[in-house]
Amino acid sequence: MSGRSRRILIALMPWLVTFGILGFWELACDLLHIHSFILPAPSAIAAAMAAYAWPLVDHSWRTLTSTLLGFGLAIAGGMLIGIAIGFSTLVYKGLYPLLVGFNAIPKVAMVPILVLWFGIGVVPAVITAFIISFFPIVVNVATGIATLEPELADVLRSLGASHWEVLTKVGIPRSLPYLFASLKVAITLAFVGSVLAETIGGNAGLGYLMVTASAEFDAPLLFAGLFAVAIMAVGLYAVCVAFERRMTQWAFRGELLS
Amino acid sequence: MGTGEAAHESIGSPFVELRDVSLTYGEDDDGLLSLDRLTLSVQQGEFVAVVGPSGCGKSTLMKVVTGLKAASHGEVKVGGEAVTAPVKNVGLAFQSATLLPWRTITDNVLLPFEIIAPHKYRLRQERAHYVEQVEHLLATVGLAGFGKRFSWQLSGGMQQRANLCRAIVHKPSLLMLDEPFAALDAFTREELWLVMQNLWLTERFTAILVTHELREAVLLADRVVVFSARPGQVIYERVVPFARPRTLETTYQAEFTAIVHDLREKIRPPS
Repeated sequence: MSGRSRRILIALMPWLVTFGILGFWELACDLLHIHSFILPAPSAIAAAMAAYAWPLVDHSWRTLTSTLLGFGLAIAGGMLIGIAIGFSTLVYKGLYPLLVGFNAIPKVAMVPILVLWFGIGVVPAVITAFIISFFPIVVNVATGIATLEPELADVLRSLGASHWEVLTKVGIPRSLPYLFASLKVAITLAFVGSVLAETIGGNAGLGYLMVTASAEFDAPLLFAGLFAVAIMAVGLYAVCVAFERRMTQWAFRGELLS
Repeated sequence: MGTGEAAHESIGSPFVELRDVSLTYGEDDDGLLSLDRLTLSVQQGEFVAVVGPSGCGKSTLMKVVTGLKAASHGEVKVGGEAVTAPVKNVGLAFQSATLLPWRTITDNVLLPFEIIAPHKYRLRQERAHYVEQVEHLLATVGLAGFGKRFSWQLSGGMQQRANLCRAIVHKPSLLMLDEPFAALDAFTREELWLVMQNLWLTERFTAILVTHELREAVLLADRVVVFSARPGQVIYERVVPFARPRTLETTYQAEFTAIVHDLREKIRPPS
C-alpha cells in the first residue's frame, strides 16, 4: 500500500468502523426481527432524531451548558488543588486521603442530596459534572508539579528563586501536558455527571428527556438521546485534543513538526 | 569583564572557604556520613577540580557550598559571608542539561535574568538588550543561530553548551559544575572542555568542577583536589602548572600524563 492511500485509510478509519457497526446493527435488527421496543435499529433512531429534532437540540443545549459549566469549575478547582497538593507535602498529606475517599463515593448517591439543597434544575447537574470530573485533573496536575527534576529546582534556588517563582516559571508550565491528558478523561466524565443528575433530578436536559422517553416506552427517542450525548462528548474531546496539541506542542517533541 | 562585587576583596582571602565541614544524611545515629571534617578553600577566580571515587561526597560538596544543604557541623563561607541559605548569584550546571522544553534556547538562557534582581525588573523594558547579550554568549560557545530552536531539537552536546550559557549568563561570582560533560561522547566532551576554558578565561569567575574524569580535571583546573572514599575528606592536592590557554595538545604532553597518573594513584575505590 502506498503512503498516500494508507494516510487516506487512516483518516477514514473512524467513519468506516462507526458506520460498519451501525450497518451491522441495522442488519441484525432486520434479520433477527428484533422489536424496536427492545432495540431500535439505527434507521428508527435516525427517524426519531428527525421527528424530535427541536426538543433534542433544546435539551442537548441544556446538557451541554451544564456540562461545560461543571467542567470549567473542575479545571479551575482541579488545577488549584492539584498545584497545592503537588507543591506542598503538608497539603498533600492533609487533603489526599479525603479526596480519594470522596472520589470513591458513587455520585448517584449524591444527586438526591444536591436536589435537596438546590432544588430541581441546572445547579445539581453542574455540581455533579464538577465533582465527577475534577479528581483526574487534581491527580494529574499534582503529578506534573511533584515530578519536577531536583537539579532544575537546585538551579533555580541557587539563583535566588522564591517558591512562587519555581512554581510559575517551571512547575506550572511542565504540568500542562499532564493537565491536558486529564482533560480528555475529565470532559467525558463531566457528561456522565450532568446526564446522571438530569436523570435523577432534572427538569430539562438529555437525561430528563431520556427518562421521559423511557416512561413513554419510546425506545427510539431514548436511543436518540444517548446518541446526542455521545456525539457531543466526541466533539468536545476533539476540542480538548486540539487545545492540547496547540498548548503543549513541545511535549510531543518532533512528532508533530514532521 | 568583572566578576561581581567580590572581585574588590583583598587578594589572598579565599572566596570559598570550608572549615571542618561534616554532613550527615538522615537521622543522627544511623545517618550516612557524607563529608567528614572537610577543609577546603578556593581563591577568587580560581578554577578547582574535585575528583574522587564514586560516592565520595563530591555532589554533597556542591550542595553545601551553594547552601542548598546545611552542613551538620563546621563553617562554610562564600565571599566572606557564612552560608545559611541558598547562596545567590551562583551558576549551577549538572550532568543533565535540564533545559525547559517549552522555551527556545534564547529564552532558556534568559531564565536567570527573570529571577535575579535587579534584572527581573528591567527585563521587560530592556528585553532587546538582554537578548543581544544572550545571543552573544551563545555565539561564543558555537550556538550562533540556534537561539530560536527548542532544546529538544538540539543534540546532547549542544544542549549542554546552552546549559553552560544559562549557568554563567548572569555573570555569577561562583560557578559550580557537577559532572557537566559526563553524559557526552568523548569528542564532544573534549570540545566542551575548551569551550569551558574559553568562558572561564573571559569571565574569570571562581569555579568548582566535580568530575570523575582526570584528564578533564587536569586540563581545566588550576588545582586538583582528591577526595577519599566516603566519608569525603581531602587526601591530596596538586597544582596544575600549565599555561593558558591549554589545548588538547597539552593533554598528550608527558608532564600532563604524569600528573594524571599521579592523581590516579591517589584514588582508591571505597573498601
